Amino acid sequence: MPAESDGDPSARVAAGPHPVHNLWRLRRYLRPYATEFAWVLPAALAATGAGIAVPLVVQRVVDGPVARRDPVGLLQLGALALLLGLAEAALIFIRRWVQSSSAVGMEAALRADLYAHLQRLPASFHDRWQSGQLLSRITSDLSVIRRFLSFGLLFLVLNVLTYAVVVVLLIRLHPALGLLVAASAVPLFLITRRFARQYHAASRRMQDQQGDVATLVEETAQGLRTMRAYGRGPQLAARFGVAARTLHDTGVGKGRLLARTSALLDLVPNLTLGVVLAAGAAAAARGVLTIGELVAFVSLQLMLIWPVQSLGWIIANGQEAATAADRVQEVLDTPPRIVDSPGAIALPRSAVRGRLSFEHVSFAYPGASAPLLRDVDLTVEPGETLALVGATGCGKSTLLSLVPRLHDVTGGRITLDGHDLRELRLDSLRRLVGVAFEEPILFSMSVRENLTLGRPDAGEEEIRAALALAQADFADDLPWGLGTRIGEQGFSLSGGQRQRLALARAVLGHPALLVLDDPLSALDVQTEALVEAALKRVLRDCTALLVVHRPSTIALADRVALIEDGRVTAVGRHSELLATVPAYRTLLSAEPPDTAQPAGTVADAGKPPTADAPPGRNAPFSGGTPDGSGLVRS
Amino acid sequence: MTIKVAGRGGRWRLRARRPPAPAAPPPGTRDSPAPGADAPTEAAGAAPAGSDDTELSRWRGQATDPDADRSRAEENTPEALARLRVQSRVLLADLLRPHRGRLAAAVALLLAQNGAAMAGPYLVMLGIDQGIAPLRAGDPRPLVAVAGAFGAAALTEYAARRGFLTLSARIGQAVLLDLRQRVYAHFLRLSVAFHERYTSGRMVSRLTSDLDSIAELADGGIDSLVLAVLSIVSVAAILLWLDLPLAAVTLLAFPFLFWLSRWFARASAGAYRRTREAVALVIVHFIESMHGIRAVQAYRREPRNQRIFVALSDEYRRSSLRTFRLIATYSPAIKVIGNVTVAAVLCYGGWRVLGGRTEIGVLAAFLLYLRRFFEPMQELSQFYNSLQSATAALEKLAGVLDERPTVAEPATPVPLPHGPGHGELRFRTVCFGYRTGAAILTDLELTVPAGQTVALIGPTGAGKSTIAKLVARFYDPVTGTVSLDGVDLRDVADADLRRAVVLVTQENHLFTGTVEENIRFGRPDADDDAVRTAARAVGAHDFIAALPDGYATQVHRRGGRLSAGQRQLVAFARAFLADPAVLVLDEATSSLDVPTERLVQRALGTILRDRTALVIAHRLSTVEIADRVLVLDGGRIVEDGPPDQLAEAGGRYAALRRQWQDSLR
Repeated sequence: MPAESDGDPSARVAAGPHPVHNLWRLRRYLRPYATEFAWVLPAALAATGAGIAVPLVVQRVVDGPVARRDPVGLLQLGALALLLGLAEAALIFIRRWVQSSSAVGMEAALRADLYAHLQRLPASFHDRWQSGQLLSRITSDLSVIRRFLSFGLLFLVLNVLTYAVVVVLLIRLHPALGLLVAASAVPLFLITRRFARQYHAASRRMQDQQGDVATLVEETAQGLRTMRAYGRGPQLAARFGVAARTLHDTGVGKGRLLARTSALLDLVPNLTLGVVLAAGAAAAARGVLTIGELVAFVSLQLMLIWPVQSLGWIIANGQEAATAADRVQEVLDTPPRIVDSPGAIALPRSAVRGRLSFEHVSFAYPGASAPLLRDVDLTVEPGETLALVGATGCGKSTLLSLVPRLHDVTGGRITLDGHDLRELRLDSLRRLVGVAFEEPILFSMSVRENLTLGRPDAGEEEIRAALALAQADFADDLPWGLGTRIGEQGFSLSGGQRQRLALARAVLGHPALLVLDDPLSALDVQTEALVEAALKRVLRDCTALLVVHRPSTIALADRVALIEDGRVTAVGRHSELLATVPAYRTLLSAEPPDTAQPAGTVADAGKPPTADAPPGRNAPFSGGTPDGSGLVRS
Repeated sequence: MTIKVAGRGGRWRLRARRPPAPAAPPPGTRDSPAPGADAPTEAAGAAPAGSDDTELSRWRGQATDPDADRSRAEENTPEALARLRVQSRVLLADLLRPHRGRLAAAVALLLAQNGAAMAGPYLVMLGIDQGIAPLRAGDPRPLVAVAGAFGAAALTEYAARRGFLTLSARIGQAVLLDLRQRVYAHFLRLSVAFHERYTSGRMVSRLTSDLDSIAELADGGIDSLVLAVLSIVSVAAILLWLDLPLAAVTLLAFPFLFWLSRWFARASAGAYRRTREAVALVIVHFIESMHGIRAVQAYRREPRNQRIFVALSDEYRRSSLRTFRLIATYSPAIKVIGNVTVAAVLCYGGWRVLGGRTEIGVLAAFLLYLRRFFEPMQELSQFYNSLQSATAALEKLAGVLDERPTVAEPATPVPLPHGPGHGELRFRTVCFGYRTGAAILTDLELTVPAGQTVALIGPTGAGKSTIAKLVARFYDPVTGTVSLDGVDLRDVADADLRRAVVLVTQENHLFTGTVEENIRFGRPDADDDAVRTAARAVGAHDFIAALPDGYATQVHRRGGRLSAGQRQLVAFARAFLADPAVLVLDEATSSLDVPTERLVQRALGTILRDRTALVIAHRLSTVEIADRVLVLDGGRIVEDGPPDQLAEAGGRYAALRRQWQDSLR
């Protein structure tokens, strides 16, 4: 099933062919800064050179002019020391300055690409990925990568270079001892390789756990009212405590790994030094080596300590960057499956008649064992309004989401005026469809921005008309009118207000197709009547698919389709279905249950309750009843 | 030989040096704009400064609360900033306090490591000076002794270093854990009103990105600080001892160092604060757009979102660039001061030697030590930079921790009476508004006797949900009291209140976990049977049983795969299980299909019998099970009575009821 390619976050796939493969793939983000990088390395090298030269000059001053009592020479060399000192600082400044802009520039470019890609990935991807995991990728992972590319990488190069140069000098100074020092690279290599492998795993674990923590925090923020309503703060805090502690333990483990390796990386050059000292002293004793040579050798060898010692951090940094790059590439490598097909056409609004046809449509969520929709055949004629009726969870909302291609059918096809939806340009299709979801999705932006989500060019009149239709004029009474920022998810508004804004957004600009999921559920009776009347006028001019739960909303529809268990089991006019289909009657009859209770079954909503066994009888709420089933309130 | 000297000096220097302290991480947050009376500044501040796209600056709209986007402690006044800075330092000290012992041990290990490291070169010299001659004479013992000492020093250094690094990682992680849990717990304590304006993205940003930049300091701060300070102090002492006049010249560098550091402190504090705010905005936007991805895609919002995101991300890029450039200036500038001082001492010292006032050996030693004096300054500048970054983050966290819940736990809670027959609700002259000057309820008087089921109806904005939220104590009334069984809700402990009162809204959040766990959220100690009984009672059992893993089915992100109606049922089962004395249902059944709703309603008939209930529903079918109906309008009760009686009275309720009955035809 193609749906499987959505990238399963739980699989947490291993890196590419090589641990740093994915990091290497990010090199294109460095390409724009090639010239800058061309500056950085020479500047760094020159700065190091200048840094080494200053003490040499100082030494020469002491040995030369001062000893010779030569004031002119003193001033000259003093000036040279000053110049070298200034040059060193200037070069460091240049390196850091240049690196800064390329590093943050690279980070921002990668972040923008990641965001763009995430916006293109279909809803099924977002259903499966925890948003905290996505968030940690665009924040902490990117900064880890940036840090490595701007600092770790440079020092890796510099240190390896220093190491190589010093070792070559040592070998030239004394081949045997030099080779001995060179041989110390073997344990260093083994240590760092093992460390790299272990640290790679630990750093991946840590990053994933950071994502988990971010997910928990985000979820807490969103479920805050529910948490508050039940006073479950301690429970959530305990859950968070577990995640935070796991992160802590991984962090400590990582620290321990790094500590062990760093200390080892310190020990190896020291031990080499000890061996060199002993061997050198023995050689000097035999007269093979002069003491001066030995001193020079040892002094030079001391210069190796810093590059080796810092290797631990650099490798740690590099591994973190590598796993961060893996995590980033996991997202970037997930192909957006809902995209324009080659040769897709744009359909202008004026060219649309509006015949929407479902032909043997089936749909299964990725990873689901059974399809949710099976062999759905439905046609909505131009200008017609079709209501979808069915028990909760039967697949109505999913069916709606297929129209703007938030999901793609997994079997059959949907056509608009004979064009398979997949042959239309995505942008063009979505421009034709106005959607209101079962939950109004609002953003913490101005009311106007929320309304014109898809039509930033909408005129004032259009906005007014949409607001009026949805009875959403309350927006004008907000402190800043349409410019008022509505709180996150619109929680500062009542449920009815949110739903009306969402409806206004859907009808804004007269889309050719309207797809409304239970659009009036949160409205009070009076408002509902007003909206219904206005909506009726709009529906005349477009093809519409409505999910309806209540008899009152059915009046909007010309025809009704009954969906049971993912199939369309009956289509017809409301009154016909009411008269002929018992399941439909159960779902939509206005009659009180006692009289309307048919002999048939309730779609899939459960056993029909019978009068002699009220379902609440044994419920935990039956506090005070004599049966006291152990659930009574204490 | 020169190399030898440089090598030995270098050794010291290298010891003190830390791995390339990667300069401060991305932190982020712009300075909160001046709140000012007129909110336009707010919107302008939210937009990337200098953006040529003015429409982008309008998208966020104007917040009704000028304090949106920040904690109240973060006023944009110098005093508030200074206060926060102090608070952040206090917080840091507070976090470190429990680790005093371990910190001392870490410093001791660090000193041991350093001592052992310094012994190395000395032993090398000793070996060469004292070991070779006897060896030539055929006596290897001095060399063996030195080599042994060298080996011991190396092993000591290894052990101390390993111990120090392990310990400092432990301390750092423990501090982070402590801080993370503290801030999280505090977020849980803060009232709904705070969260409504602060947004979840900002909360996430505080607990992730801000903590990251503190982790940065924790990762590598201690040893660079300790070693640098140690070496600066000891070298300073040596310098003073070696030659006072030369030391005096060296001291001339200090005003410059001080001035430079003060400049950096000021500039970087502001810059890091902006970075923190900028990254928070990136996170807020990111979370919201991923959260509403269906609407984003259905409405082709992607291009505009991309522009907004890129603008926000660019603002973040620019603010971090500024911090990088500050340290890129500060650190070489310190180097300049050091190098200039070296050159000055060289010339002045040379001149003194020429004049015979200083020994040449003293000058040589002085110059060598001088370099060691300035090298650690680089370390210090890096440390200072990390500290500045962490402080900006700590300020944000301190601001949050400083925030007092407006709905606070009582200092001396009054216990609620338990047992059957309780649950009397009383509103006494309650006035309430979400904003000053926009009253929702005025002088509301209402008594709901224990056990009564009351339906609240009325148009949007009448105050129905507000009453529900006051009963659940999401807010406290501005004036007047809401009391339960004669106890002011402000005097009831939260745990006690939540046992007694449960509010179910149409917003049914399902937490990550199984269906079962979500139902059990209502009463964590409930056994499996109780969970299933509750699910059965609301008609949720059959659909749950039909899920792939039944009750053990994971509800995906935000209940991903469950329909709105199914989520409502789960939430309803949760409330049933919680079994409170007072149940408040705010549009809790709006997404249910008719048979299910009927089932729920039938269950309600039994369930509500023995408890107090406030039911808000737009569908009058729900209202009919009520003992009493309140019709609200403009925050006042306009009709009050049993449904039948009101229907006959011919008022608003009667009209609504007629309308509703018509709508069913």
